[in-house]
Amino acid sequence: MSFFFEVLITGLLVGVMYALVALGFALIFKASDVFNMAQGDMSLLAGLALVGFLQMNFPLWLALICTLAVMVILAYITVFVILRPLVARPPLMLFMATFGLAYLIQGIGQSIWGTDAKGLELGIPDKSFDVAGVFFSSFDLTFAGIAVVLLILLVWFFQKTRTGRALRAVSDDHEAALSVGIPLLRAWLVTWIVAGIVAIVAGVAWGTTLGVQFSLSYIALKALPVLIIGGLDSIPGAIIAGLIVGAGENLAEVFLGPYVGGGIQTFFPYLMALVVLYFKPYGLFGKEIIERV
Amino acid sequence: MFYRECGNFKDTYARDMAIFPIPLDRYGFIVMLIVAFLVIPLVASDYWITNIMVPFYCFGLSAIGLNILAGYAGQISIGHAAFMAVGAYASLILYGRYGVPLIPSILGAGVVSAGVGVFFGLPSLKIKGFYLAIATLASQFIIQWLIVHWKWVSGGVFGTVETPNMQIFGWALDTAVKKYYLSLCIVGVLALFAKNLVRGQLGRNWMAIRDMDFAAEIIGVNLYRDKLIAFAVATFYAGVAGSLITFCYYGAANIEEFHVMVSFALMGMIIIGGLGTILGSFLGAGFFVLLPIGINQSMGAFMKVVPSDILSNIETIIFGGLIALFLIVEPFGMARLWQTIKDKLRLWPFPY
Repeated sequence: MSFFFEVLITGLLVGVMYALVALGFALIFKASDVFNMAQGDMSLLAGLALVGFLQMNFPLWLALICTLAVMVILAYITVFVILRPLVARPPLMLFMATFGLAYLIQGIGQSIWGTDAKGLELGIPDKSFDVAGVFFSSFDLTFAGIAVVLLILLVWFFQKTRTGRALRAVSDDHEAALSVGIPLLRAWLVTWIVAGIVAIVAGVAWGTTLGVQFSLSYIALKALPVLIIGGLDSIPGAIIAGLIVGAGENLAEVFLGPYVGGGIQTFFPYLMALVVLYFKPYGLFGKEIIERV
Repeated sequence: MFYRECGNFKDTYARDMAIFPIPLDRYGFIVMLIVAFLVIPLVASDYWITNIMVPFYCFGLSAIGLNILAGYAGQISIGHAAFMAVGAYASLILYGRYGVPLIPSILGAGVVSAGVGVFFGLPSLKIKGFYLAIATLASQFIIQWLIVHWKWVSGGVFGTVETPNMQIFGWALDTAVKKYYLSLCIVGVLALFAKNLVRGQLGRNWMAIRDMDFAAEIIGVNLYRDKLIAFAVATFYAGVAGSLITFCYYGAANIEEFHVMVSFALMGMIIIGGLGTILGSFLGAGFFVLLPIGINQSMGAFMKVVPSDILSNIETIIFGGLIALFLIVEPFGMARLWQTIKDKLRLWPFPY
């Protein structure tokens, strides 16, 4: 039984990492109805930039600030160069545009900082200790803690602050928000910067475990089922679905995998997503869209 | 010889329904066919035929499929490359293992792929929009996993099946030119079929579903049937394209050739080429196939050998930049540019 719990806990901790990526997607979708395919590449860029600055012998805090600056610049360019001409276009067009953005970020990031895989060492202790027979890694716990703090901050930001309310208004209706005097582009800018910060956290979390390399942008593909299980525009949904997916895929891999040849981690989250969507087409916590002719 | 509708009397129903109502278009198309069938095989080197023209046709065909699904029926699918993989393996198993003749096994691969496609299209009945787009990614990963782990299909962990020697009625297809003709003929026929499909009742239904699905349902479009047909047709095209590209270009079915990045690239092709156009599928595919070569040539002017990582980075940047640029400047892609040129030509030499 303790083995079961160990697998479960490991899965949950991995799930937190998925949730970090899914959070970025959910944020942008919530605030601007843009489904941002570039979220994974933003994490890659953040990881690459951080490693790049650390290699220039910057202290950690300075490197983090510089990385933040990179993400802010990216947000500016995205909003004012790519999204601004597309304001009144259907969401599909915006989705496709972020598709192009994903390629752009990937190409530019890799031409500046190189394509080879790099290690990222932040000095977070990686000790394992056991509580009642179940092993925990202090490293995973650190990121779980960061994710919880991030979640609380984001929920507070969206529900309580003035800017957060403006962002929710923008997500409800672009034109109505504009007409009551909310600057649309500035609201989007804030969203993309916040998504950039989430991308930094995700990039650091995944970069330290997997190494910073091209395949980091694929973690977006693992976060997508998390996103649709939770509902595209739900921040708590992203976290809860992340936990469900992380636990589910790890349990499936360990207990089901041996019977079918293993490696089912790659698609099991999608299978879970299909099952969930069959019963709840807008995810567990997503806003249901009522359409009229 | 002006590019005009006037003076071009449509005195039969057939002429009224013609794909190219304007004579100059018709002549242009015939010239293109002559170039494709006669000039290219005579002039181009084997390298050009095998490495550029054949992939161009095959990706064009696959992009037509995706365009029918995403551009006409409005069901975004980001797992299209997986159906190419299904087609590739299905045709090799049919042809190599069961000795089905070549053409039936290529088309049969399309049918197998269409069957799988309908299965993965089932979620589209319940979910839509971005939820569906992500759900289609499931097909990519499930199919990839199945092909690698199902020993009967791939014969091992690496998932590679070599193509046997090809022959039609005992006539061996061994040179590059013969393979070129095989892919050209199949692609040509299927492209024509697609063009007519989207001009007919089914195409209209798809466009109605794309524009507003519940409104389409109210005016009597059978939503479920037509969505599933769209999935079937799209994946049929993907399957045929996958089997053709395996037979005529790759030489072995390998799951790595149908990675999720290929699905993304196909999506990029139809955006750059033009959503909801058959011509655009080919323009996008041509752009995508020629881009790396173009960059290589232009960079080659400055340095002797272009390092592969720089090449691939610049390729990604240009590809991404162009997707964004096209969406901003010309959301309907290169096909719309061509349309604009034709509209201008119709008035030339007058301004309006």
